[in-house]
Amino acid sequence: MREITYRQALNEALAEELERDPNVFLMGEEVAEYNGAYKVSQGLLERFGPRRIIDTPISENGFSGLGVGAAMVGLRPIIEFMTFSFSLVAFDQVVNNAPNMFTMSGGQFNIPITFRGPNGPAHQLGATHSHATEPLYANAPGLKVCTPATPRDAKGLLKTAVRDNNPVLVLEAELLYSSKGMVEPPDEELLIPLGQAEVKREGSDVSIICYSQTVPLALATAQKLEDEDISAEIVDLRSIKPLDEKAIFDSVAKTHRVVIVEQDCPFCGVGAEVCYRIQQNIFDELDAPIIRVSQEDVPMPYNERLEKAVLPNADKVIAAVKKVCYA
Amino acid sequence: MQRAEQRDEVEMLALMLLIRRFEERASQQYQAQKIGGFCHLYIGQEAVVVGAVAAVRDDDYIITAYRDHGHALARGTSANACMAELFGRETGCSRGLGGSMHFFNRQNHMYGGHAIVGAHVPLAVGLAFAIKYRGEDRVTLCFFGDGAINQGAFHEALNLAALYKLPIVFICENNLFAMGTSVKRSTSLKQIVDRAEGYDIPGEIVDGMNFREVRDKIAEIVSSIRKEPHPAFVEVRTYRYRGHSMSDPASYRTKQELEKYRLDDPITRLRAQLTREGKLTNEQFDQLDKKAKETVLASVKFAEKSPQPPLDKLYDYTYANGAGEAGVSPVKSNGLAADIAATE
Repeated sequence: MREITYRQALNEALAEELERDPNVFLMGEEVAEYNGAYKVSQGLLERFGPRRIIDTPISENGFSGLGVGAAMVGLRPIIEFMTFSFSLVAFDQVVNNAPNMFTMSGGQFNIPITFRGPNGPAHQLGATHSHATEPLYANAPGLKVCTPATPRDAKGLLKTAVRDNNPVLVLEAELLYSSKGMVEPPDEELLIPLGQAEVKREGSDVSIICYSQTVPLALATAQKLEDEDISAEIVDLRSIKPLDEKAIFDSVAKTHRVVIVEQDCPFCGVGAEVCYRIQQNIFDELDAPIIRVSQEDVPMPYNERLEKAVLPNADKVIAAVKKVCYA
Repeated sequence: MQRAEQRDEVEMLALMLLIRRFEERASQQYQAQKIGGFCHLYIGQEAVVVGAVAAVRDDDYIITAYRDHGHALARGTSANACMAELFGRETGCSRGLGGSMHFFNRQNHMYGGHAIVGAHVPLAVGLAFAIKYRGEDRVTLCFFGDGAINQGAFHEALNLAALYKLPIVFICENNLFAMGTSVKRSTSLKQIVDRAEGYDIPGEIVDGMNFREVRDKIAEIVSSIRKEPHPAFVEVRTYRYRGHSMSDPASYRTKQELEKYRLDDPITRLRAQLTREGKLTNEQFDQLDKKAKETVLASVKFAEKSPQPPLDKLYDYTYANGAGEAGVSPVKSNGLAADIAATE
């Protein structure tokens, strides 16, 4: 194991998959000559050439559709959105074409495509550039959605996504590109299956269910809770769809109290689905109603103070935990 | 691989007849409520797809919009599989899961059947991208209507095709109306073909009621693309005799206009050309027509007898490798399949 950044981990995943399979190509805005808006594709043009690392004009609908078409005849495109906020321009291709094709063709055309890029609120980017798109995409049958929070998960999930025979969205964490973590050495194949959550920290009093940018928040909050003698278990979903029900239920059966910390907006958000499944399947395990900590239900303000007020933070999580623990 | 100029014109006429008779029968079956959803008929436009398909190889890619019955038939999908699809049966060309607007035939390189106007044009560019990526000499034919040319996806796709010099022919089937809106009310250009000029794509106007003109012009373009990949644009001027869909009485146009086009019917025209040249007798034509009618009638019987898609396979076509792959746990409404069975 060695320590690398989230950005490097993604870069390694891309390079390894491009190396492994000649049908894999990377396409998107500024991915080639500029080396990626967030430098995730650094050096790939030099290594793999312009046939496989392809710059596009600002045409998300066009190049996403191009990817879906290429996937119909067996290529395995990796389509980068400069941010998933821009994927909304390509919503029709991602939601209507990619996941529907397999059904509509009676199973003749599966679409082995990966859509990837930063997702979720970053820092003072305003309402148009701060979307957490995971509930939008997880709602579409036929799509798979994963949300890595660590360099190791980023590498392992992206590689798995590229090999999956279905459209997979790898929603990267915009604020975590420079974060560091331990990852297996490059000569060791790292594949993390979709649909497997990971307990990032063991605990006994409360389960904090989180993903993507809320994982470091939950971990930091768990430290603070320790000072108040509350032992929090941190369950990182890693994949939103498929959802690892078992890992969630196992943790809840252990702690009997749940706080969901999600980076999306509350209405029909990821936490709502998790809540539903917990109460439907293991209602009797609960000692308190579940609380969700999400964004506030407003378009993201630019003002820094207001933005902080909109986002989940340690104070909100601590208050929620105390409430479910009746502390 | 069969080359364009070798395709027998009498066979192509038979194909146009098959499409015409299939659509007439589909219309009748729709009215008898055997067919659900939306149903858009191709009657009047047969020379466009048959001419285009006659100009290319069987391994070239074709993709179209929702008025797709003719395209599937022209690409060798059987009338049985097409009618069964309209009936929503398991034996349909999309296993009864696609319906009228979503015909697919992977084996014959027919890539759909797409029902969001303009949204398949980027897919077509992707097919062409894959051809170039693999260094093949195939060509993609992308069909769409005049309604698609004002969609953003269309414009983005044309730009990408020109930028990457991809082997694709954009074939605009200009039947003068996008649903009930005439081209004059939808498009700021005097002629649609000028759209191509904005992307430095060579464009042509072709008479879509003339099989030979469609075939020859597209064959010429395709031959140039095979030498050096590039996009091309063809505005094919045609006419649909029926409304936009089965529910449309087409009151936005005059009987005189329809009659004018009917007199220029593509089937009558090719028939006259072949008869004049001594390649077809009236008896032979009647035989072809009789055979087309019989084939279509048999397809209705086939569809009626075909099984419904099984309820226990409901989740099998959402993810490749089957449901449950990689731990997929779809939200199943409790007892859904049983509920459906109970209402039947």
